[in-house]
Amino acid sequence: MTTTSTGAERRNYLNASEGLLSWLLTTDHKRIAILYLISVTFMFFLGGFFAAGVRLELLTPRGDLLEADTYNKFFTLHGVFMVFFVLIPAIPAILGNFLIPLMIGARDLAFPRINLLSWYIYVLGAAFTIVAMISGGVDTGWTFYTPYSTIYSNSAVLTAGVGIFITGFSSILTGLNFIVTIHKMRAPGLTWFRLPLFVWAHYATSLIQILGTPVVAVTVLMVAAERAFHLGFFDPRVGGDPVLFQHLFWFYSHPAVYIMILPAMGVISELVTAFSRKRIFGYPVVAISSLSIAVVGFLVWGHHMYVAGQSAYAGMVFSFLSFLVAIPSAIKTFNWTATLYKGSISWQAPMLYVIGFLGLFTVGGLTGIFLASMGLDVHVHDTYFVVAHFHYIMVGGAIMAYMGGLHFWWPKMTGRMYPEWWARVSAVLVFIGFNATFFPQFLLGYLGMPRRYHAYVGEFQVLNVFSTAGASVLGVGYLLPMVYFLWSLKYGEVVGDNPFGAKGLEWQTSSPPPVENFPEQPRVTEEAYAYSESEVGHA
Amino acid sequence: MQWTGPLPYMPEQASSVAPEVDALYLFLVGISIFFGVLIAALVVGFAVRYRRRSEDEKTPHIHGSALLEVAWSAIPLAIVMAVFFWSAKIYFDINRAPQNPMEVYVVGKRWMWKLQHLTGQREINQLHVPVGVPVKLTLTSEDVIHSFFVPAFRIKKDAIPGRYTSLSFTATKAGRYHLFCAEYCGTQHSGMIGEIVVLEPHEFQEWLAGGAAATSPAAAGEKLFKDLACITCHKGDTGARGPALAGVFGSDVRLADGSVVKADESYLRESIVNPTARVVAGYQPIMPTFQGVVSEEQLMQLVAYIQTLKREGQGAPPAAAPAGAGQPKGGQ
Amino acid sequence: MPEAALQHGHGEEQADGHAQTHPRFAHHFESLENQKESASLGMWVFLAQEVMFFGGLFMAYILYRNLYHGAFEYGSHLLNWKLGFFNTIVLIGSSVTMAMAVHSAALGQRTRIVGWLLATILLGSVFLGVKVVEYTEKFHHNLVPGETFGLPYEGMDPHHAMPDNMRRPTQVYYSLYFAMTGLHALHMIIGIPILAGIAWFAHKGEYSARFHTPVELVGLYWHFVDIVWIFLFPLLYLIH
Repeated sequence: MTTTSTGAERRNYLNASEGLLSWLLTTDHKRIAILYLISVTFMFFLGGFFAAGVRLELLTPRGDLLEADTYNKFFTLHGVFMVFFVLIPAIPAILGNFLIPLMIGARDLAFPRINLLSWYIYVLGAAFTIVAMISGGVDTGWTFYTPYSTIYSNSAVLTAGVGIFITGFSSILTGLNFIVTIHKMRAPGLTWFRLPLFVWAHYATSLIQILGTPVVAVTVLMVAAERAFHLGFFDPRVGGDPVLFQHLFWFYSHPAVYIMILPAMGVISELVTAFSRKRIFGYPVVAISSLSIAVVGFLVWGHHMYVAGQSAYAGMVFSFLSFLVAIPSAIKTFNWTATLYKGSISWQAPMLYVIGFLGLFTVGGLTGIFLASMGLDVHVHDTYFVVAHFHYIMVGGAIMAYMGGLHFWWPKMTGRMYPEWWARVSAVLVFIGFNATFFPQFLLGYLGMPRRYHAYVGEFQVLNVFSTAGASVLGVGYLLPMVYFLWSLKYGEVVGDNPFGAKGLEWQTSSPPPVENFPEQPRVTEEAYAYSESEVGHA
Repeated sequence: MQWTGPLPYMPEQASSVAPEVDALYLFLVGISIFFGVLIAALVVGFAVRYRRRSEDEKTPHIHGSALLEVAWSAIPLAIVMAVFFWSAKIYFDINRAPQNPMEVYVVGKRWMWKLQHLTGQREINQLHVPVGVPVKLTLTSEDVIHSFFVPAFRIKKDAIPGRYTSLSFTATKAGRYHLFCAEYCGTQHSGMIGEIVVLEPHEFQEWLAGGAAATSPAAAGEKLFKDLACITCHKGDTGARGPALAGVFGSDVRLADGSVVKADESYLRESIVNPTARVVAGYQPIMPTFQGVVSEEQLMQLVAYIQTLKREGQGAPPAAAPAGAGQPKGGQ
Repeated sequence: MPEAALQHGHGEEQADGHAQTHPRFAHHFESLENQKESASLGMWVFLAQEVMFFGGLFMAYILYRNLYHGAFEYGSHLLNWKLGFFNTIVLIGSSVTMAMAVHSAALGQRTRIVGWLLATILLGSVFLGVKVVEYTEKFHHNLVPGETFGLPYEGMDPHHAMPDNMRRPTQVYYSLYFAMTGLHALHMIIGIPILAGIAWFAHKGEYSARFHTPVELVGLYWHFVDIVWIFLFPLLYLIH
């Protein structure tokens, strides 16, 4: 992606230097964000390809399209690519990278070279995983449960494990960079409680990245060591405990869900205020709820093991805490809704994504209550109910917010507007397609269809056909933006610095921003989202 | 198959806990519809009512409301706490060990379920049980983790290699119900399915009688106990090299390190495959391991046999005589 | 870790002016002081991450120690506590030399920084050398997890043969032993070239009393690696 300028233009981060090398060796957080955008988008469509294979196979009850082993590799690769290479980095590494320095009035992240390093680590990890995909694939499920992954699987578990291990450090370094940047590089006057909620959300996310990711890294390392060197951590034949793996794995992987959803919540806070031109309702509550989600989120991992033979009392503690962690999310949802009250609400595409997010996230959150309920989870655990629930959170929540954010900040990143009409079409398609795909899966799950089934009993077919049909609409909904975003790079309307009339420091610099972000050190004299005091209008 | 559950898109209710689980489910569905519709109505309502009509609209200056924040924290909190207690009660109901259950040993193996009744009948991917009799399954796996899932009963439990888990249910309705493996276990995971056949008690007796004469697990265990020469050390007298096993099942055992452990199925199993892990006080860790020597099914037979050993005066071991279905097993 | 100033904005200078002329000052920071604080905070956050990284293994250790108390006792008897103790002294010594290097850096004594850093590298290498000796011995004694674990080896005193019924749980102990000490050693193997690089820069006169953050940071890292060993040594070699 090189400069798209026509005629003489202001110098900005895109046209400041040219050539591939100037991108590959850049330390500009904005260019690194673009590098991430390209690589994450690539991984997204790769993961999407495997999702399409899975949905097509499930059109019929019999396993007729793919071999059983191939199907198992498809859902594994879909999960691995989407979780570790799309959902976890998407908002922090793309939007966070681009926006945090701009939002806090800094010239860059604290450690620009480490930032670039983390992108290279991501690419290296992705390369390993893609090699695993080519050299036979992986068939363990993205959860890598032992002893299947350590002893029985004949697939490229080791290579994929190394890929995930490596990528973990990309996430850790990004989190480290954010924490230091947010602590040390805020513009004069930008106190903690004047920070945009996007920044708060990323601060909470970074804490999880720092404290959670190393645990999964060492866990994957133990699995790799068990496969490669026959060390026995989880091997029941030498007295190892396969359930210990689950504890270590979920100690990270449950908080990892918050790595995905907290930044999404940050995006929603920015968009809700910008498109209703109103202060966020209950700023401190929304800010602190991010932190409380991050903290309590570390204490709920055991709710993945209600049927794995853990003691009923341990289960009760985990259940109790899981119910507690639902509260801050509910509070946020109510605050966003209240923010709309008496606003000046625009129906532009990013706002459609916000409305979609609020609907889908609410469903995802409420069905989380079902799963936190011990007695009920026994029935729906490892069924399509769980699959539907986490897609509502991760895709309906995180990806909807990511898409909304990408539209919103697209003119800031590129200087050009996306085509509004097409963007609205795509937002509506994604919303409809998503619900058609995943809502039937709640019903399938309660009826008892287990997840990761290559073939299934005939009575589940009708709902599966609905789901596959919905997935095709969803696929079109995701392909459209790919096309019109690329189109807009050349033909999109050149817009001013602040086409949405939004507050926030990032809108006060030019679009695209200059290399040093701000020609002068900005000073902050007011709270975030000060829409109501002043006249609003186009910049 | 038709939807035969209490409502469309719900599976049949065929166990004593199924109505309890469904009640909570429907309550939560109700709560979800209420809050889902509330949020959707507010969001869409506001978005329409307050849509931007001109570019220079001003919006009121609203910071927030402590009262509202407290309200929408406290109300959901109260609801989820109620759900917490309700769901925990159901969980305890599901996991409560029944009195005098009919016991079945279950071994998961890629990709089949191997089951054996205490009376000796063996089944694969099929389990016959009578209506109204509590059934207790003792589960383990020969290879990877599996999960024993019967949607119509609303129950599920992992079968984990290297340890025993248990799962109890009481079927309430005769019929045939799906049995699924719910924990991903490799290539034919989706083929690791079977059925639970729930019979009226008299039909079940006929089914039991109809099978070929079978050796009960305890009898098989007794034979193994002799063949493997366990008896040489576990003689039962005071000078023996191994502790006496009569009456050990269910008792509290004092270990060499001073702690006390309840001798349940898992402890007995561990003591056979990993004899040095928790050694009984007063004995040397000299017992060889039987890991790899006996299969999981044989282990279960040994454990079943040891369970039948009673202290003198507790009655003779019933191992030799096949017990009737659902017949109370004393001493637990 | 200092960052070079790569994007120097034009037409503007920092408000606090005169102090920002140090060659290692990265211009996206507000001041050199701010840069040092940021680097130091970054290192602490990194160490928090490291704590969690080792934490996973310590959790596994605690769990299995409770399960297989006897095997853990037996396994630790097979380790050479004298070598472990020697290594502990060596590593504490290297922490002292590292602290001296940081102290010299704060005083701007160039040659002393280099000297103390080289001493630290030397002690670190001695530690790793002893580790190689220990690992080799374990390898010859069939104490590396796998098919041959715990089997008799050539030249073994038959009285010390591992009882068959101890082979399996002891293997869990040795899996943890190799994973924990191996990861610790890996941290030292990564640390030594960094120390060498810092020593080279110190030799070139990059650090002064005013700017020596890299020396401080690598010092933090080195002390952390030492502290991990201070936990590993008693857990693996001593307590029964």
